[in-house]
Amino acid sequence: MSRPSDFADDGFGDLRGDGPQNPRLGALEWLRWAWRQLTSMRTALLLLLALAVAAVPGSLIPQNSADPNGVINWKASNPGLVGVANALQLFDVYTSAWFSAIYLLLFISLVGCVVPRIAYHLKALRAAPPRTPSRLGRLPAYRSESSPGDPARALDAGERLLRRRRYRVARYGDSLSAERGYLRETGNLLFHAGLVGVLVSVFVGSGFTYTGQRVTVEGETFVNNQSNYDSLSTGRFFTDSTLQPYSLRLDSLTVKYEQQNPAALGEPLDYTARVTTRTPGHEPVHRIIKVNDPLEIGGSAVYLLGNGYAPHITVRNANGSIAFSGSVPFRPQDSNMTSLGVVKAEHTTSQARQIGLVGFLYPTVGKLSTGADTSIFPSLGDPLVSFNVWAGDLGLNGGATQNVYVLDTSRMKQVAARTLANKPIQLTRAQPTATLPDGLGTVHLDGIARYAALDIHHDPSQGWVAGFVVLTVAGLLTSLLVPRRRMWLKVTDDLDGGLRLEYAALARGDDPGLERAVGEFAHEHRRELEAPTPSAERVPAGV
Amino acid sequence: MRTPLDQLSVLLLLSAMALYAIAFVAFALDLARRSSEATQLADARAGVRRTTTAASVGGGGTAVLEAAPPAPPLIVSAKRTAARVGVGITIAGFVLHLGADVLRGVAAARVPWANMYEFSMTGTLIMVGLFLLALTRVDLRFLGSIMTGLVLVLLGIATIGFKVPVSPLPPALQSYWLVIHVFVAILGTGFFTLSGAVSAVQLVQSRRERALAAGRPATRLRLLATFPDTNRLENIAYRIAVVGFILWTFTLIAGAIWANHAWGRYWGWDTKEVWTFIIWVIYAGYLHARATRGWRGDGSGWLNLIGYAAVLFNFGVVNVFFHGLHAYSGLSS
Repeated sequence: MSRPSDFADDGFGDLRGDGPQNPRLGALEWLRWAWRQLTSMRTALLLLLALAVAAVPGSLIPQNSADPNGVINWKASNPGLVGVANALQLFDVYTSAWFSAIYLLLFISLVGCVVPRIAYHLKALRAAPPRTPSRLGRLPAYRSESSPGDPARALDAGERLLRRRRYRVARYGDSLSAERGYLRETGNLLFHAGLVGVLVSVFVGSGFTYTGQRVTVEGETFVNNQSNYDSLSTGRFFTDSTLQPYSLRLDSLTVKYEQQNPAALGEPLDYTARVTTRTPGHEPVHRIIKVNDPLEIGGSAVYLLGNGYAPHITVRNANGSIAFSGSVPFRPQDSNMTSLGVVKAEHTTSQARQIGLVGFLYPTVGKLSTGADTSIFPSLGDPLVSFNVWAGDLGLNGGATQNVYVLDTSRMKQVAARTLANKPIQLTRAQPTATLPDGLGTVHLDGIARYAALDIHHDPSQGWVAGFVVLTVAGLLTSLLVPRRRMWLKVTDDLDGGLRLEYAALARGDDPGLERAVGEFAHEHRRELEAPTPSAERVPAGV
Repeated sequence: MRTPLDQLSVLLLLSAMALYAIAFVAFALDLARRSSEATQLADARAGVRRTTTAASVGGGGTAVLEAAPPAPPLIVSAKRTAARVGVGITIAGFVLHLGADVLRGVAAARVPWANMYEFSMTGTLIMVGLFLLALTRVDLRFLGSIMTGLVLVLLGIATIGFKVPVSPLPPALQSYWLVIHVFVAILGTGFFTLSGAVSAVQLVQSRRERALAAGRPATRLRLLATFPDTNRLENIAYRIAVVGFILWTFTLIAGAIWANHAWGRYWGWDTKEVWTFIIWVIYAGYLHARATRGWRGDGSGWLNLIGYAAVLFNFGVVNVFFHGLHAYSGLSS
């Protein structure tokens, strides 16, 4: 929020001018004093630095917005600090009261600084350049030469040259006063106004956004209404009608892994989701979603952000009736896609004998030296699903929503595990069926499909934000790169009958080319004066 | 995969490092030379003073004046042979470095800045390139040992700590924004590096000027007498940082656009985003500091260095140790 260079700012407003005995300040004066403090450059600078410092903790402590699992882990490993962290809003730093206070103060300071400058600049844009200083020799860039000639012609030539260089020129008696680079201040104001625009459009726009997640298994169809989302967070002004009607079927998700380069064996090379979309009144369309290439549909964008395996499992009761049948998304745990999943078979013959299966999928199974199973490659080369078995009450009747990836074992008993007599049940392509212990029934692995974790976003403010960012950048470039300078030419009679030409310039803001500009102006001006012109009274000097 | 091209790239890089080490020594010799020049300069001034004192004491005796050795010229001829050699060797090192970088890119069949090793290699290449480019406009050879020394240390860390074999791009990086966003970030980092080096010298120079202003003799680091004054250094640092700031603004914006493509939001306070933002804000503060009374000079110089420390932290620490979406160091955790 730099002031114009002729704008005094010492952080104390105009209070210093009040003389030795400071008058008692009334409420209004105190307010004015506080306002001047807030909008002073020094405060703005301190607020900027405070903003930088305040942003740091959010990168050290996991944030609810960016890393919710990290928050859970952090709380688990630092139980003593959770209370303090919650009180200081350390898990939501960027929406916390103290962070918001800093940036709001900064923006108020910015507005308070920029608005008077806009008025000041508008006046300057219409005003003539200021009077020529009496002693040009004191200015930072100065050059004096003597030349024969006529003063009026010298001034005319100077004015012509300066105007050609896009200076605004005023003539004061025997001198010219010129200024250029008003665009520098215009750009500076545009930059700061653009920042306000970005902030306002982000703030207003956040009310109209929605962000939803949906895990979709191959073959499944997602319909764009609230109940179809696994999770949906919405802005203040969101209504059901914000969700435009469309549906999306995941036909297939293909993943390519590196198979040759030993340094990168098993690293994913490509994810391609093929989908069929339907919108009312249109034929179904086949489309492709890739990472870095979202699908635009119904005013929203659909992103492919994750993937995994979803084994199709059927659990039968001892009497042959189906206790559970369906695709169960497993969560990948490592780069070889060892995946963890939970099956909750609730339609058992008695509620006290519901079945919970917790276990791992190893897409290409191998053995660790300890004898434990592991996955050695992420694609489905030789899959093994291994389940620990729990029997008892799944706790689904309480009405509370349960995490599908977690088994509530508080009212269940483990009946098969590595540590028990009944070992975990193992399902492979060759042996897709296993018998559950204690006569609970059987489990069958019907197949393994992939699922895509889709993120669906709607943000109507993006265009506004982008527009203001463009203004901000345009303002930044002009405010930093356009030099603003004043230039003077004074023509006086020399002692020996010739002319004394004085050239001087003053930079307003950083200006590396000031000296050069004076030199060039003086050089061209001399050349112009010495050049033969039809109206020249004297014979010009020889070539 | 150890391809022959990659092996050649490593060989070229090590050769470039050897040349930078020699250039570092040459620039250090130049600094030592400056030190003795400055001492000569001071002695010459003192000598003149002594001679005049002696002359006045001797009552204008010509014998005294004749006995005095001829005063050495006050302005020592600045041929700077050692610095010229340093620049020459740095250019040779730059050429090998460029070769190493290009070969790495060819070996990987993509831009050579997709993991920390490659980022360091290209980043230091740009630093050296910008330094050499700046030399054509303003004599910054006194920065030679800082720049070659820094580049050597960074390359040393990269080859020992960050070296990873050529591997394919993960899907998240398969975007033309990798070319734009990361390269602009590298360029901006290069400008910040040069600007930070100038500010570091400015701060040392400022100590000396304060000592001189207080009437104390500045006996330590006499070579500073041959450097530009603080005002000039501050202007140079500012002008370089301005370009860095503009590039960093583009880095932020390009990153936001890419994030919107890849992750569905243009800003999400990911750790890397946070630090890019922090750096931007610090440098914005630095640009304002020069227009704020009481912050010109040392204040702005320190801010520039704090900004640069944040740049190094963002690269060296955030990439490796912080959890976030920008997990592209290529190092296994």
